[in-house]
Amino acid sequence: MYALREAATAFRRAPVLTGLSAAMIALSLFVIGLFGLAAHNVRQALENVESRVEVVAYLRDDAPEASIQAAQEDIARFREVSAVRFISREEAFAVARREFDELGSIFGSLEVNPLPASLEISLHQGQADASVIRGVASRIGDMPIVEEVQFGEDWVDKVYVLRRIAGLAMLTLGLGFAAVAALIIGAAIRMAVFARKDEIVIMRLVGATDAFIRRPFVIEGMITGLIGAVLAVLGTWGVFRLLSNSVMELTWIPAAWLLAGVAAGTVVGLLASMVAVRRHLGEIV
Amino acid sequence: MIRLDNVTKDYPRNAGALNGLSFELRKGEFCFLTGHSGAGKSTILKLIHMVERPTSGEVRVSGYSSTNIRSRDIALLRRKIGYVFQDFRLLQDRTAAENVAFALEVTGARQTVIRSKVGRLLSHVGLAAKAEKLPMELSGGEQQRVVIARALAHDPLVLLADEPTGNLDERATDGIFDMFRSINAAGTAILFATHNLDLVRRNPSIRLVELAHGEIIHDSAREHGADVRTS
Ligand SMILES: Nc1ncnc2c1ncn2[C@@H]1O[C@H](COP(=O)(O)OP(=O)(O)OP(=O)(O)O)[C@@H](O)[C@H]1O
Ligand SMILES: [Mg+2]
Repeated sequence: MYALREAATAFRRAPVLTGLSAAMIALSLFVIGLFGLAAHNVRQALENVESRVEVVAYLRDDAPEASIQAAQEDIARFREVSAVRFISREEAFAVARREFDELGSIFGSLEVNPLPASLEISLHQGQADASVIRGVASRIGDMPIVEEVQFGEDWVDKVYVLRRIAGLAMLTLGLGFAAVAALIIGAAIRMAVFARKDEIVIMRLVGATDAFIRRPFVIEGMITGLIGAVLAVLGTWGVFRLLSNSVMELTWIPAAWLLAGVAAGTVVGLLASMVAVRRHLGEIV
Repeated sequence: MIRLDNVTKDYPRNAGALNGLSFELRKGEFCFLTGHSGAGKSTILKLIHMVERPTSGEVRVSGYSSTNIRSRDIALLRRKIGYVFQDFRLLQDRTAAENVAFALEVTGARQTVIRSKVGRLLSHVGLAAKAEKLPMELSGGEQQRVVIARALAHDPLVLLADEPTGNLDERATDGIFDMFRSINAAGTAILFATHNLDLVRRNPSIRLVELAHGEIIHDSAREHGADVRTS
């Protein structure tokens, strides 16, 4: 097909320029890729923390066993709650002994068990944002058999804010680099258009449609974007291997993110070249 | 087929290139367009090709009107109009055959069609033997034949020629002119802008339209017998 062949010719004719613009797009997307890698891992870490955030309800010593049973069933029916576990006073004591081994002597010497029984309530993932947790906690706190409710209050807030900041930074960076990449592609297309000025003049003369004249340039921009995106993925993969082999345990970015990144690179290339080619073809008479 | 109705053309910093000019070219007609430099010859050709739009008045070509034609239709219209220039406008990095093929490629023709048609066009203008030469390896007359072959690629209704012999010597001029006559004999209309009064004089049977300052001052089709130039 003519348009494809011409786009390929354009690459051959100006390999430095098209290579440069692909490299710049690769660089832009590479930075986003690194950020994505970091964001993904932070996110995972946060999700781990979140899944550990539990609401713990300490029960009155005089709470009758039947009421405890009923409360446990009630709470299990909350929409946000995934599991409720009853920890008896004896269990709590045993755990405390195990966990604070070095303090074993203190516990060991205690004749009386000072620890209350409790219900440990875990929430569904994704339900663990601050207001939800607070709501669940206060509903449980209102139950007559509950002495006190505890949950990682500041933790919950901090995690939430962190996620917000990470998301926002990612978005800003993404948009910024997309803009830079679009400008570079635009410049490359401008050069390509002017390099082919004579041909364009004659194409118009002999009756080629504008759509036909534009097509090779748009394809060129799209391919540049695609190549840049693929290079960026390779670069990010390299960094990932390097870091996870030596410095720390990382998880690789999910495939959906990668696909979205490659698609974004291609679309940026496509749109940038469409805009640029419209503008610069108008300058050729 | 081609009709200019009361057309005025002002360029941005240059008013009055054409002043209320009306002109008609019929199917299959051959017409000379002469006049002093700046009289408006090229402007008329550009209006017909819809490169320029009239400031007022209407240009109609093959059913399209300058008042409402859309950009896609301009492209389609141009396939019915061959254009030949004094300065050829060939692509220097392509052979004669590739230059002719280009006109077909960029309108989406298929490769098999292109190959057979290019061969036919080049032999029609007597250049079959030089199909693989680059423009710089051809004489002016030969280059102009390539341009004519390119202009004929879409079997146009009309050829617009803007001083096609302006860069050629006498012999080459005669050769090119004969070429136009035979193309016209096969049914293609021709509008031939030229400074070459000798050529005009030697062909008194051909319609002659003379311009001055954006107006027609003489049209042999209207004033039979009047002001026929003889030396
Ligand atoms: N693109 C343009 N911008 C401004 N003025 C123009 C433009 N093209 C032509 N003109 C002016 O319009 C008038 C007619 O020009 P045109 O090119 O039609 O003349 P012509 O008869 O073809 O002359 P020549 O024999 O020198 O080719 C001239 O005064 C010219 O300066
Ligand atoms: Mg002229």
